[in-house]
Amino acid sequence: MSNVLFDIPGPRARVRHRLYAVLGVAAVAAFVGFIVWRLAESGEFAARKWEWIQYKQVQEDLAAAVGNTLRAFALGAVLALAFGAVFAAGRLSDHKPVRVVAGFVVELFRAIPLLILMFMFYYGLPTLGVRMSPYMAVVLGLTLYNGSVLAEVFRAGIQALPKGQSEAAYALGMRKTQVMVLILLPQALRTMLPTIISQLVVLLKDTALGFLITYEELLNYARYIGSIYAFGDLDSQIFFYRPIIPTTIVVGAIYITLCLLLTLLANRLQKRQRRNRKIQAAPAEAVV
Amino acid sequence: MRVRSLVVGLLATGLALTACGKEVTPSSGGQTTTPPPAATGVTVDGSPTFDRMKQAGKITIGVKEDQPGLGSRNPTTKEFSGFDIEIARLVAAKLGFDKDKIEYKVVQSAGREAAIVNGDVDIYVGTYTINDKRKQQISFAGPYFVAGQALLVRKDDSSITGKETLKGKKVCSVTGSTPIQRVRDQQLTEPANIIEFQGYSQCVDKLLTKEVDAVTTDDAILKGFAAQNPEDLKVVGEPFSKEPYGIGLAKDDKALRDKVNDILQGALDDGTWQKIYDSTLGKSGSPATKPTLERY
Amino acid sequence: MGALLDNLPLFLSGFRTTVWLFLVSAAASLVFGTILAMLRVSPVPILRGIGTLYVTVVRNTPLTLVFLFFIFAYPLLKIVDLSYAVRAMVALSVYTSAFVCEVVRSGINTVPVGQAEAARALGLNFGQTLGSVILPQAMRAVAPPMMSTLIALLKNTTIAAGFSVAEAGAIRAVLADKGYPQMVTLAWVAVGFILLVMVLTLVQRTFEKRWSRAR
Repeated sequence: MSNVLFDIPGPRARVRHRLYAVLGVAAVAAFVGFIVWRLAESGEFAARKWEWIQYKQVQEDLAAAVGNTLRAFALGAVLALAFGAVFAAGRLSDHKPVRVVAGFVVELFRAIPLLILMFMFYYGLPTLGVRMSPYMAVVLGLTLYNGSVLAEVFRAGIQALPKGQSEAAYALGMRKTQVMVLILLPQALRTMLPTIISQLVVLLKDTALGFLITYEELLNYARYIGSIYAFGDLDSQIFFYRPIIPTTIVVGAIYITLCLLLTLLANRLQKRQRRNRKIQAAPAEAVV
Repeated sequence: MRVRSLVVGLLATGLALTACGKEVTPSSGGQTTTPPPAATGVTVDGSPTFDRMKQAGKITIGVKEDQPGLGSRNPTTKEFSGFDIEIARLVAAKLGFDKDKIEYKVVQSAGREAAIVNGDVDIYVGTYTINDKRKQQISFAGPYFVAGQALLVRKDDSSITGKETLKGKKVCSVTGSTPIQRVRDQQLTEPANIIEFQGYSQCVDKLLTKEVDAVTTDDAILKGFAAQNPEDLKVVGEPFSKEPYGIGLAKDDKALRDKVNDILQGALDDGTWQKIYDSTLGKSGSPATKPTLERY
Repeated sequence: MGALLDNLPLFLSGFRTTVWLFLVSAAASLVFGTILAMLRVSPVPILRGIGTLYVTVVRNTPLTLVFLFFIFAYPLLKIVDLSYAVRAMVALSVYTSAFVCEVVRSGINTVPVGQAEAARALGLNFGQTLGSVILPQAMRAVAPPMMSTLIALLKNTTIAAGFSVAEAGAIRAVLADKGYPQMVTLAWVAVGFILLVMVLTLVQRTFEKRWSRAR
């Protein structure tokens, strides 16, 4: 679409565009440069604020924290996909009570903020006598919230398929389950794959909320290291100088890399799919 | 293709990082006093918790990792140190558990009762204020220390001298904690000037960048921060509350509670307590007042 | 019921802050997101690249991290002193506008190609084509996904509770210390959000109806 919005630039337009390009780059460079300059000026890039990353134990623990983040992501993703599939099927059911209940559950968990869900599991449930580790609270919160979003994605994907597909399948004498599993789901999954993966990126990012309920994930470890000024005996003290900004930068880079890897996967799948002209990708966006 | 090169790049960076890792010998910057050798043949009749420890062959102690002077952890060796930790080691030794038979478990404030009730930890030692609300779920030995709410300010700030001088000043503490609640209830400052974060060190960071004027919580915790930056920070004001720190135990375990109380009384009497205090909290220069145990 | 009625002022002020955070950030991210979308379809390749870079980086960063930046790094930039609530609004807008941008862009893509071609044939330039012909038509297609994005923004405001902004997500901590059962408090907070989301959904339905009639 974007290439039909404007005429092919002529010589004057090209000069103007070049000017815009220079201005744009200059603005971005000035903006980034200003941030870096001010942070450097306040000593955030001084070697003493980056000491912490040199220690082997710290690196290992940082890796372990990444592991914890991925652990919550992996289980949360699997459970959310399962939850989404079950409740999408529920909302497409022929039985009204099932439809109503599934619809209610999905809408309910889509409306409650994920953080409030996690608070409920971590702080609320133990007062009712249910044991709950931060890990389980994070995973359950991620599952219910993203699962209900995914349920809507699945439902939309199946409903977007041409009616002829299911009609033809019924005409061949297939049962409801067969139509769903053999005909509708495989096609819907293909069109929905990019959206599903973007939702999984959201899920991966949301593991960072575990930080607010003391789950020992990446951001929580950054907070711990970032809170250290000095430690050890007076005669052999080691100083970290409370590296809040450096830890945030490092952890930010790790998150962006992890999410980008997932996004790249999504883009590749989308590209591969575009080659297959038979299927029109239904427009759907992941929800923040 | 791009994905693969990215993965390779990441792995290479990871390798490069681990290759230049600094190692710290675990002896530096860990313990500040030597706990007495583990007692032998200790029995605590009728204590289910003690039986559980004996069976496991170790004691699991809940602690904090982010409070300098009280309970902090060396990130390069993962060793714990501080006043609370020394008390924990002493109790463990007198119960017959050597230094290497202690398993520390970091439990933050919000999860303490649950950790004890669930049996995730055998005992909890970590700035744990004794109060009646908590006694409904667990029980306390001690107190082994009495703290009080105080204020941490910048060294060059002479306008704050106590809780009456907080009006119009920005006061920071940990989200939902008792100290900040007290500031709110007693209206020590305007509601808009109350600032809450996840940890005390974030408040201290804001104090140093002058975004807040005072950090408030127990004086013991504040002294730990002041001791780290003595040239920038100071603790001011008469303590305006009493926070007796106890050792958290299972509610129904009176046998173990009595035993731990005996151990603490012994340490208070023979000077061990004083020695522990001098080597940890006492470094900030403030004298100690010995607590009186409250047995029940 | 007691937890709600005894502390009605706390709940009201909490949700008032939430709605306030939401309204300001929503307005800001709609404007900024649309500008970003215009950058992403502009004739200048470098501007397109800048838009893409922004969207890619922000969409792959956890919101909590954006908050950390604005709470702890922003003061070091020494620009102007902003209150935590304002900084939370900025963080939410920076984050949400990347998503708004993508929604607007996919909306632009739903407008038939002939529309743009006709506009150019009439001699309209890029700004005119986009502003008078394409975007108004795109608005119809984007209403549902835009509303999901805004609902997500509403829910994301709770993260500000972790950064000293006394909104609805912060009610739990205050009441927990007063000894109210946390599950009850949280249930009431959840009910508040469900009501707000219902209001937003109603708004969306109204818009959709009006626009479908206009078509």
